[in-house]
Amino acid sequence: MGIKVEMNRDTAVALVSGEIDHHSASEIREKIDNFVRTNNLKELILDFSKVSFMDTSGIGLILGRFKLARSLGVNFKVINIPEKMRRIINLSGIKNLGIFE
Amino acid sequence: MQIECVNEVNISFPSKSSNESFARAAISAFVSQLDPTIDEITDIKTAVSEAVTNCIAHAYKSGIGTIYINSKIFSNGKIVIKIKDKGTGMENVQQAMEPLFTTGGSERAGLGFAVMKSFMDKIKVSSKPDRGTTVTMEKSIIRRLAKSDR
Repeated sequence: MGIKVEMNRDTAVALVSGEIDHHSASEIREKIDNFVRTNNLKELILDFSKVSFMDTSGIGLILGRFKLARSLGVNFKVINIPEKMRRIINLSGIKNLGIFE
Repeated sequence: MQIECVNEVNISFPSKSSNESFARAAISAFVSQLDPTIDEITDIKTAVSEAVTNCIAHAYKSGIGTIYINSKIFSNGKIVIKIKDKGTGMENVQQAMEPLFTTGGSERAGLGFAVMKSFMDKIKVSSKPDRGTTVTMEKSIIRRLAKSDR
């Protein structure tokens, strides 16, 4: 599991890699939230292109960051969800939030 | 043709969250002898991950306990996975299984049982307060050989 956050003007891109479960989600969450709270952002993008597995902890991670971003007036997007994770995303209903690209 | 159990594995491990990835990798390695598709493996790994996470985040919330997994493969391609804990148990199993119900706080989606239900063919949950919970899940793997026969 890895998490790398990069800033490009006022957009932060968080590249998550490896497996997202209850164990790894807390570290990913802390890193992203610290970054979001200490930088002046207009947009937060979660890039899932390097995620190899996620269970519903990944859904919780996305939902939690969505809520945080919204409370701070930051735009929020999730990009590059791998094909094999589409099923869990669809099942969760978070597709309707309009945050996926 | 009589359906019989052709292989079986038993694993037990402490309820440390670092063992979540071990549990799903172990079961996915065990069922790989049936030559499942990537989708089938993903379904099984996700369901196991949810059940084991429940043991760690709920059943043994206040300490470390033992998680027991038993998995069987049957001659008709059916896999049965039993995940058991001796933790807090649940008063109301039906409520716990409702989508979005969670006692786990804002970072938990409350979708664990919904995923187990929809990714596996069958799920049975038995639980007793202060005694523990057993989740039994089944999934039939479509055998490639049978497929090409059609």
